[in-house]
Amino acid sequence: MKKKWLALLLSAAMVTSMSSVVMADDAAAEEGAPTAVTTVGPDDATAKYELWSFVDLHNEFYGKMVDLWNEQNPDRTIQITFSTYPYADHHNKLMMSLQAGSGAPDMCDIEIGQFPNYTGENCPLYDLSEALAPYEDSVVQSRLDIYSRADGVRVGVPTHVGAAVMYWNAEIFEQYGLDYKSVKTWDDYEALGEQLKEASNGEVYLTSVDTGSVDWMWIAMAQNGEDWTGGPDGEVNVQLDSVKDMLTRQQKWLNDGIAMISTDGHVDLEAGFKNIMDGKIASFPKAMWYMSRFKDYMPEMEGKYDITKIPVFEEGQPSSVGIGGTGTVVTNQCENPELAAEWLAWAKLSEEGEKYIWNELGFDVCNTAYWSDEDFAYSEDNYYNTFFRVKPYEILNQLAENDEIGRIYSTSASPTINDYFCTTTLNEVLEEGMDVDEALQEAQDYIAFAIS
Amino acid sequence: MNKAKKILYSQKVAPFVFSLPFCISLLVFWLYPLVTGILMSFQTVDFGVTTWVGFQHYKKLSADPFFKTAVFNSVEYMVLTLLLLVPIPMLLAVLIESRITKARGVWKIIMYIPALTSVVISGMLFRLMFSEGDGSQMNQLMHLLGQSSIPWLKSKGTGWVALLLLCMWRWTGVNMLYFVSGLNGIDGALYESADIDGTNPWQKFWYITLPLLRPTTVYVITISVFAGLSMFLESFMLWNGNSSPKNIGLTIVGYLYKRGIETNELGYACAVGVVLMIIALVINFIQLFATGTIGFKKKGE
Repeated sequence: MKKKWLALLLSAAMVTSMSSVVMADDAAAEEGAPTAVTTVGPDDATAKYELWSFVDLHNEFYGKMVDLWNEQNPDRTIQITFSTYPYADHHNKLMMSLQAGSGAPDMCDIEIGQFPNYTGENCPLYDLSEALAPYEDSVVQSRLDIYSRADGVRVGVPTHVGAAVMYWNAEIFEQYGLDYKSVKTWDDYEALGEQLKEASNGEVYLTSVDTGSVDWMWIAMAQNGEDWTGGPDGEVNVQLDSVKDMLTRQQKWLNDGIAMISTDGHVDLEAGFKNIMDGKIASFPKAMWYMSRFKDYMPEMEGKYDITKIPVFEEGQPSSVGIGGTGTVVTNQCENPELAAEWLAWAKLSEEGEKYIWNELGFDVCNTAYWSDEDFAYSEDNYYNTFFRVKPYEILNQLAENDEIGRIYSTSASPTINDYFCTTTLNEVLEEGMDVDEALQEAQDYIAFAIS
Repeated sequence: MNKAKKILYSQKVAPFVFSLPFCISLLVFWLYPLVTGILMSFQTVDFGVTTWVGFQHYKKLSADPFFKTAVFNSVEYMVLTLLLLVPIPMLLAVLIESRITKARGVWKIIMYIPALTSVVISGMLFRLMFSEGDGSQMNQLMHLLGQSSIPWLKSKGTGWVALLLLCMWRWTGVNMLYFVSGLNGIDGALYESADIDGTNPWQKFWYITLPLLRPTTVYVITISVFAGLSMFLESFMLWNGNSSPKNIGLTIVGYLYKRGIETNELGYACAVGVVLMIIALVINFIQLFATGTIGFKKKGE
């Protein structure tokens, strides 16, 4: 009898310990779980898809486009289940499921920095050339190129151009009676910095330079028509004159006290927003999508900020470059890829889609057909048209007029180059004052080794 | 009795039945990944297409400066955590179990709570506390002391203060509980007879507690060695990703993640993993031999 009780007790103990393991698993699973899952579209739809993103707003936008599509195409309805994951989790899961050959979503957002990982020889993404064909002529070509395979086949749909522009705290310059509008070159910019330093007793910095982002380097390269990745067929070379020139200038600005180092590495972080709102920095170059940061994090700055073209090294150079972005793809695990591709291209590049992208998300849209459309681009209903001292599309159209929006390629070497600059080179040069040539030689040596 | 019952009640079969779940999970979740991991370290893997490349990854690894930094950081972290996370929890355990301490349960719970929080959240909190901005807690503290702000996470010395504080905050309570359970296993009669012999508290600790705690200490050191070498998430969260200034927070597993996930070189990442396994095995074996946990018994013992 006693034995039986003991056995019962033991098995009870085993069951509890097992269930505690299961519970622990649940807790572990929760960390990788999506933060939001929603399904949009009818249950009897022609095709059902799954779409992952790392930005909740993107999924909200796609959801609206599903409803609109189903209204316009009652014979080819779709239903999509959207999941939002945190950035790192999102790309992890996608990479693993594509490597493993199962478990991947039908459609997925991929951040541009991660994109080159998927465009190699055995690219697991569906060819979107056909779906993109109707938009091909009016969409900014460089934006399609960056989401293409090495052989040029289109595999991703872009969200925005991300044209780099200069943001100015006009109020500060007015307060000190300084003129930022006449700045044309980096030399002018530096001179303005000296004036600002003197006028404000060194309290306001002209700008903050980044140790955790390569935006400044991209701008410098694009202005001089250089590219450290060497393009799809070229060789990686980071020892470029434009990079040297920009780094040397930034070192000088820091030494002269006209610039500071961006708190926490770059301005697209809480600490950066704080520096902007406190008026600690008076200007900075950033892509157009940074406008949405003003809406979300710095609404107090309404009416204070102005946008212009970025200064150049020599007058006549193109001033801008497309920075950042998210390409949306159809994976090779999708069962009905034609329809998915058609919907995706329509959602992100059609008039309906572009309207939402500009009015709700605040991005500079890729489809140039609407840039000069009065209702689309300059409507007073749009938040950004009244927030800034200039209507953003005016600047965009100025840039487009002279074909000033350059491109830096994203190749398989890009993640390595970006990583080395953000961890090592920029810190060495800007924080420690290391010789620029020496730091770039080091970078070149390591990158050449790492990608061999 | 029918046949099925006979088999279930058989004393020969029962042990196998009971150990089967463990064996299966060992095979599926340990041996299979281990073998494929080793095989993959000799391949390049690209979306389902694998190519054999021999020792190419290992050759490259031996010349990789980032990998050297990662190994150095991991080993340094392991040594520092051993120095902090063995003696301090042991002393705390002795203190908590001593007669003068009141409300022991409360102290134990307080010490243990950090281990229950997610690393993701605690790493984020520490990142904000040690942010280089003037508003961060640590910099406010510096201002109170009349110092100027420090970019804590940008240089190795100050960055590692944050990293080690995070680690201690999280794991001191756990290790302390191991030692508490070890202490409870020591026969109270030994202390009584020591009292009769007129020992002081220090002698009791040195000649009774410490030697009898050895099995616990060996266990704690063994898991700490491995935990130290495989640390990743703490640094990942503290530096908001895998890229810390001049790689001061890069660990072996961080490098594995960087190569495997961030730059899609799974084969190379597997080679990193295999090297990590070898390092951990070697250190643990040396330590187990040195403490006499495994090894050849001397004659006459």
